[in-house]
Amino acid sequence: MAFVLFRVDDRLIHGQVVIGWGRPLAANRLVLVDDEVAGNGWEQELYRMAVPDGIEVVFATVAGAVAHLDAWRRDDARTLLVTGDVRAIASLHSAGPDVVHHINLGGIHHRPGRRERLPYLYLTDEEHAILSQLHQRGADVTAQDVPAAVPVGIGALG
Amino acid sequence: MSEPLRGVVVGHGSLAAALVEAAEQISGLRGSLVPVSNSGCDRDSLEERIDAAVGPGPAVVFVDLASGSCLIAALRRLRERPDVRVVTGVNLAMLVDFVFHVTLPPAEAADHAATSGGKAIKLP
Repeated sequence: MAFVLFRVDDRLIHGQVVIGWGRPLAANRLVLVDDEVAGNGWEQELYRMAVPDGIEVVFATVAGAVAHLDAWRRDDARTLLVTGDVRAIASLHSAGPDVVHHINLGGIHHRPGRRERLPYLYLTDEEHAILSQLHQRGADVTAQDVPAAVPVGIGALG
Repeated sequence: MSEPLRGVVVGHGSLAAALVEAAEQISGLRGSLVPVSNSGCDRDSLEERIDAAVGPGPAVVFVDLASGSCLIAALRRLRERPDVRVVTGVNLAMLVDFVFHVTLPPAEAADHAATSGGKAIKLP
């Protein structure tokens, strides 16, 4: 299995992702999908600091990740992909619905227009609708901030 | 005399508030440290919290971990502020040192506090 997790988390690379999920899943590649960070070398260095030795870090735009999705799926690395944006994960799912079949919702925090669904998860109605559509297309979409937490399906987050 | 420094402590959960309370309790000096929690924040809102806590004057920002969301938010927002320095790995000794050196320039106060914080780590 090349991909061990697809996660939506607006803090991108941080302890919960690298330690909380990366360790138990034995991830050895971390793909950060974010158009802004992909174009900013200074920020990339900051995010690299959060990643232990032995884990490859790849920065990609959404379009770049879509283009590389199949290649990452086919190689041997255990890849954890994280993006901060619901639309980005929807684009990835459209490009590879058989690859992006489980979507983990981590920290998506409050912004104007978003409503609390769980203490760590706020979604606009549009974001909820996008995720519900992915679920209807066969994706397993669950909220779970850390592995020890009980996963909550998108259907219970309305 | 130049404007006194503000110390902003940024940490996960309630760590920053507890460190500030403890530092003030030990030193007896209040008012120069401001805690910031990352709880409930995305990148942008955490940056805004840090920016508001720092304010317009000189400051030293103490961050809990040498990587991760708190450090990234602090550096993204403050890296172009010459009157602000960032120190990682905050501990109580570091903050107690800082509150006694708020008249120093930011770089000197940051260096002083970091040295004290490092010396506090021992394997007795």
